[in-house]
Amino acid sequence: MSATTRRHFRAEKFDFSSFFFTGLTGLATLLILAILAVILGNILINGWQGFTWHFVSTIPKKNFFDINTTGVLPMIVGTTIRVFVMTIFVVPIGVITAIYLTEYAPNNSLITKFIRAAVNNLAGVPSIVFGLFGLGFFINFIGKHMDAMLQNPSAVWGQPALIWAALTLAVMTMPVVIVATEESLKAIPPGLREASLALGATKLETILRVVLPQALPGIMTGGILAVSRAAGEVAPILFTGVAYYMASLPHRVTDQFMDLGYHVFVLSTQSPNIEQTRPILYATVVVLLLLTFALNLVAIIIRARVRKKLRALG
Amino acid sequence: MPKLNPPEAKTNSPGSNTLIQIESLSLHYGESKALKNISLTLGEKVVTAFIGPSGCGKSTLLRCLNRMNDLIDNVRIEGSCKIGGHDIYSPDVDVIELRKRVGMVFQKSNPFPKSIYENVAYGLHLHGSKSKPEIAAVVEQSLRSAALWDEVKDRLHASALGLSGGQQQRLCIARAIAIKPEIILMDEPASALDPLATARIEELILELKKDFTIVIVTHNMQQAARISDQTAFFYIGELIEFDSTAKIFTNPAKKQTEDYVTGRFG
Repeated sequence: MSATTRRHFRAEKFDFSSFFFTGLTGLATLLILAILAVILGNILINGWQGFTWHFVSTIPKKNFFDINTTGVLPMIVGTTIRVFVMTIFVVPIGVITAIYLTEYAPNNSLITKFIRAAVNNLAGVPSIVFGLFGLGFFINFIGKHMDAMLQNPSAVWGQPALIWAALTLAVMTMPVVIVATEESLKAIPPGLREASLALGATKLETILRVVLPQALPGIMTGGILAVSRAAGEVAPILFTGVAYYMASLPHRVTDQFMDLGYHVFVLSTQSPNIEQTRPILYATVVVLLLLTFALNLVAIIIRARVRKKLRALG
Repeated sequence: MPKLNPPEAKTNSPGSNTLIQIESLSLHYGESKALKNISLTLGEKVVTAFIGPSGCGKSTLLRCLNRMNDLIDNVRIEGSCKIGGHDIYSPDVDVIELRKRVGMVFQKSNPFPKSIYENVAYGLHLHGSKSKPEIAAVVEQSLRSAALWDEVKDRLHASALGLSGGQQQRLCIARAIAIKPEIILMDEPASALDPLATARIEELILELKKDFTIVIVTHNMQQAARISDQTAFFYIGELIEFDSTAKIFTNPAKKQTEDYVTGRFG
């Protein structure tokens, strides 16, 4: 064998482009991690001291700018309840819409395409616009008419309230639930539907007994994403239910409520003495982050249990 | 829907009663014609094999018999298909009722992601829930008929997806026979199985033949020869030849059939 045709596996030269690209992608990832670390680190270091049991369990006085007497209990309660009420509305409506789109609506017809486009566009609407929509539609239209029909002497429904804030958030997060549910419905093998139909099941029986149980983890993912998005949103509740100050916790769905995200805004813009308020602000942000984290964690644990149950059976 | 097959009309000699009567049936998917003017008469309690190269329309014809083609958009059917003397495409037919009487086993085993027990009980729950002991009895009987009982009796409440491919397919057969159909359609039921599991399915089909009318689509020529009484050979949407299996495999009338069964094409 002559030298010119001999083959070997040694690299002739250093593969620079490969090295460069690996470095570039690694650096980009590192940058994201660094930003996250700076944000979380800053908040935790500065907010940890103010995060006490007294702070999270106290209903503050009207002047809540004093670190020694202030608390965030009404804000924790308000944020939790509005997210919870939103979930009650957004999950069933979103899931039923997704079932219509994937199972019943004629495939690729103009109307189905139109609905899908509308859902996607809904996801792109700025949240402040949802806030204004909530004010105009839920409070000034539905609420005012309910008051008129019920002949209330003063406004009960026709004013900002927990229920309207929750519904506004539900409208805002609807696309998330619809898209997640649609994806999980489409992922179910067609063979399972055929098997059920071939046994003489109706379409409805097939959906209820075979399709939905399988899609449950995917549907819950949609719910989790909706909760994550809604927990920290302030703009949609600005005109529809949040209060600057309430002396007591909300009792009815028509009450206004205090909210953690909005409280952060209030503390950072309305304080008479910013130096004095800063520790409260940091502590409040810590509480907001932990609450969002906790709400997600609860949902993720429930989903894990559902998955485990499905796997045990399926 | 009127009774497909009144019990008093039943006799015990296989094939002597006409059960399925297909008359000049054509099927179009949109513009393309998948079945061309098929006429075929199948007797009660016989095993009929549909053979032919891929795309010849045998599966499509099978799916006409329990109207699974209804699920596909743009399907148009002409001609008639009678089961027990009643046209299953006439407007007064209840498709649910039809599918209870015409069960189906698919190419890819498709047990529900539920327990073995729940898989077999699924159809029973659908069609009027009987008492628990009654359901349990039918589940056992169906699993026994599908030759699966001994293998799963100790883990009835374990997942059906933990079974082997062959067991899953027999479970699908048990699930189909639990609701006591008259006809069982099988769409290449053993094509994804190893030779041993295939042999078990074939034994099972010969056993089931005593109680059910079976129509089976298969790519496996030896399988058709082993298990069927009658064989229909299809080619590009047309029924080329339909006769007793012995005749089709030893002395076919058409050259095309001979070429196919001897492996010269297809």
